[in-house]
Amino acid sequence: MSDNIPATSTVATAASTAAGAAFALRRDSFGLLVYAGADGVEHTGVVPVRAFPISAPADGVALINAEGHELLWIEQLAALPVELCALINEELANRELIPEIRSVRSVSSFATPSVWRIATDRGETEIVLRSEDDIRRLASPALLIADAHGLHFLIRDRYALDAHSRKLLDRFL
Amino acid sequence: MKTDPQPTPAADDVLSGRPHAAADSGLNPDSLPASAAPRIAAEALATLAAAEAPSAPPASWARDINALSQSLRDGETIFGWLETDLDASLCFVSGIVVLTDRRLLARGIGDADWQQWPLVAGLRLARRDHAGVGSLELFDDKALLARWRYTLSGDTAAGRLIEQFGRRLAALQSGCQPAPQEAALCPLCDTLLLPGQDECPNCNKEILSPPSTWTLFRLWRFAHPYRGQLLAGFLLMLASTAATLVPPYLTMPLMDEVLIPFQNGAPIDTHKVYLLLGGLFAAAIVAWSLGWAKTYILALVSERIGADLRTTTYQHLQTLSLEYFGGKRTGDLITRIGSESDRICVFLSLHLLDFATDVLMIAMTAAILISINPWLALVTLAPLPFIAWLIHVVRDRLRYGFEQIDRVWAEVTSVLADTIPGIRVVKAFAQEKREVARFREANARNLAVNDRVNKIWSLFTPTVTLMTEIGLLIVWAFGIWQVSQDAITVGVLSAFLAYIGRFYTRLDSMSRIVSVTQKAAAGAKRIFDVLDHVSSVPETTNPVPLPQPFAGNISVRKVGFRYGNRTVLRDVDLDIHAGEMIGLVGHSGSGKSTLVNLICRFYDVSEGSIRIDGVDLRSLSVADYRRNIGLVLQEPFLFFGTIADNIAYGKPDASRAEIIAAARAAHAHEFILRLPHGYDSLVGERGQALSGGERQRISIARALLINPRILILDEATSSVDTETELEIQGALENLIRGRTTIAIAHRLSTLRRADRLVVLDRGRIVEEGPHDDLIAREGAYFRLYEAQTKQLEEQIAEAGWVVASTDRRTQPAAAA
Repeated sequence: MSDNIPATSTVATAASTAAGAAFALRRDSFGLLVYAGADGVEHTGVVPVRAFPISAPADGVALINAEGHELLWIEQLAALPVELCALINEELANRELIPEIRSVRSVSSFATPSVWRIATDRGETEIVLRSEDDIRRLASPALLIADAHGLHFLIRDRYALDAHSRKLLDRFL
Repeated sequence: MKTDPQPTPAADDVLSGRPHAAADSGLNPDSLPASAAPRIAAEALATLAAAEAPSAPPASWARDINALSQSLRDGETIFGWLETDLDASLCFVSGIVVLTDRRLLARGIGDADWQQWPLVAGLRLARRDHAGVGSLELFDDKALLARWRYTLSGDTAAGRLIEQFGRRLAALQSGCQPAPQEAALCPLCDTLLLPGQDECPNCNKEILSPPSTWTLFRLWRFAHPYRGQLLAGFLLMLASTAATLVPPYLTMPLMDEVLIPFQNGAPIDTHKVYLLLGGLFAAAIVAWSLGWAKTYILALVSERIGADLRTTTYQHLQTLSLEYFGGKRTGDLITRIGSESDRICVFLSLHLLDFATDVLMIAMTAAILISINPWLALVTLAPLPFIAWLIHVVRDRLRYGFEQIDRVWAEVTSVLADTIPGIRVVKAFAQEKREVARFREANARNLAVNDRVNKIWSLFTPTVTLMTEIGLLIVWAFGIWQVSQDAITVGVLSAFLAYIGRFYTRLDSMSRIVSVTQKAAAGAKRIFDVLDHVSSVPETTNPVPLPQPFAGNISVRKVGFRYGNRTVLRDVDLDIHAGEMIGLVGHSGSGKSTLVNLICRFYDVSEGSIRIDGVDLRSLSVADYRRNIGLVLQEPFLFFGTIADNIAYGKPDASRAEIIAAARAAHAHEFILRLPHGYDSLVGERGQALSGGERQRISIARALLINPRILILDEATSSVDTETELEIQGALENLIRGRTTIAIAHRLSTLRRADRLVVLDRGRIVEEGPHDDLIAREGAYFRLYEAQTKQLEEQIAEAGWVVASTDRRTQPAAAA
């Protein structure tokens, strides 16, 4: 999907591919990111946001200022200098949580609402599935499951789950 | 509970954490210097904490909290806690934050000891959330001291902890205790309950217990009113089944006393033959008439049950909030109410009836067979448990299969419901092939699921038939042996075979009940899913009557709203006086429409409260309140019907004169008269095509007719061209006069009549005041205004128009 997006504004591309990076980032004592662009103006509370957090997490990150305006478009994080990249990755890791479901241990019932005991890449937890409609089919074989509190859980490949999980999951699809 | 609808003056103080010189708290604040406070106040503090702290510590941390409270010295008391379920790297690891009257302590699951921060001036505790993850952050003047993460299940608790933190800090600084919290708490989740609210809306939202698997029995609720007819039907069924069992019984004497003696050379007893044949005929006639009466009565009842079910579901659907409709697909809901209820109806009238007859027949046959010859009966009935087991095994598999089919079927319908209304877009972008592919895909999934079910199903029926054949074989073999031993007569054997013929065919049809029951149960479950859904805008059990006369003062207090995991509004405070016109301004997505939806109570606030004439919105009856709201939307929706019907939608008993007066005031009268059928013209889907401006004026007339105290204009003029807008403006001015009005508009020029403008930005109010003041302030509004004026000028320049000649300009390009 992301492949056929027309080239974004040339200014942004230039900024991110320039060797020395035409901007500076640092973290202040309140834990906020401070961005200084080519014009030298500092913006406090800058937030990196992925454009395609699920389908293409690696490319397309925007830096958004506290007012919600885009300051910088980064085509590819990996193209940035290491320390900048690390800072952005750290902030991203701080903010985003789409745990990947590794297996479904048990479900309280096959009728919703149902409490699922699941193992994710971030540890075991319990989620409440309010209705079958909260299971969203992404491009096959991926599924996105929204729990009752608005957290989203990803299943990258539902056929790759173990047999037990698949059997439980199948009852809801 | 009966409570005073007026806000308690203390409540606001509590929320803002300001100290409250409370004479009723049992402490005399003035005589307690901060340093001496602990020892003297320890007992009072403990009482206070008992009243204000959450009821029970989280199970996984109870031991640590107990240990902590044992180790506290000098009357230090625990006032609250928050169980955090995420660690710094956002893994699911439990942690706890504890607040005492002088410290904040925290501990993760692997930590050896508590981390702590004494409560000192300048310390701030704040929370924010993003994409379902909440952060609780502790700051001092200079830096971030600590940050904890939690999923939003803990958000309410975090809010309470922050509030309590503010109260404790204030108490420490001033030396006097803030007034105790007065509102009742929900026993389950400790959410504040409002006056008149008995059940906690938060807990109601997520009923964790799933509906029982015996869903079909819940249909009794709908069958109950017809129990008399049902009983009559059942008795008829009993009698008719008994009647059908007479003929095989009569074959016994027919064989033993007529045919076999004849074969052995005895003459036929004509009288006996007449008697037996007459008996057979009478039994058939009785069975026929009873069967007819039973089927008729029960079909009548089941049809009524189905109709009640449908209406009740639809009725319930109407009470659900917009949130529910936002999350459901139209096609799915239509299937549930339409075909599922029909399926249940067919099940009740046809399949369940057959099944009950079969069960009765089997029970009666078994009784008769045993009374004739217990041994032969035993052999005949032997395959029965096996068949029952088979049915049981297959039942489970089939049920989920059928549920799946239902869901997939709803998906197919949803594709239709998605594309047919959007057919213009589909055609405009030439995506017909894609839509067909989407439909085919949904259909293919339907096929795949069906194939899987059919695999089990196709094996099941022949297997039951095979059982039947084998059963017959056994009876023949055993019967012949018994006859040869002179244990039974040929007549008995032939009677048995006649019974078995019926018996096993019934078993075969009985096995069919499995699939239809499961289908009906799945359908019932999906209907009860709708029925069990509690509105997230619950109607209060003891509504406070609307204040009379109703003025229309609106006060929004610290309102926050979250949609899913997106925080849309936060800490919004706004007072709107009766008769005032407020313009809501801001970028799209700034929360304008959400605020309006909250004021209409289409959604309930996540935090804070909205009061109408001093009464909390949630304690008013929804319908009573909405009757006083006039709503004009960007896309006016006209129902299929006449124009008069559409205008009178909010007040169906309006007289023709009233309708015309409303239409006149809305500047709609003239164009309506120009239509061929005037006020009787049909509009809406399949009706007369009206232009955007015309539809809008009809919806203005609709709002005018109910004479609402509160008027909401949500982008009422956005979808029409400037010329039409001017016409509508005239209509709107009639509407606005004397009413509390909240208007949202993109074009700032349309808000020039507003008494006050409120500028929203990303869920917060950033500016408030009359147009001129805001322009003079050169803030957010000024920037918006400037951007728009500049844009307008540019457009005019680009189009090459001369501004002075706007009165006789050519067709504007925007009209296309």
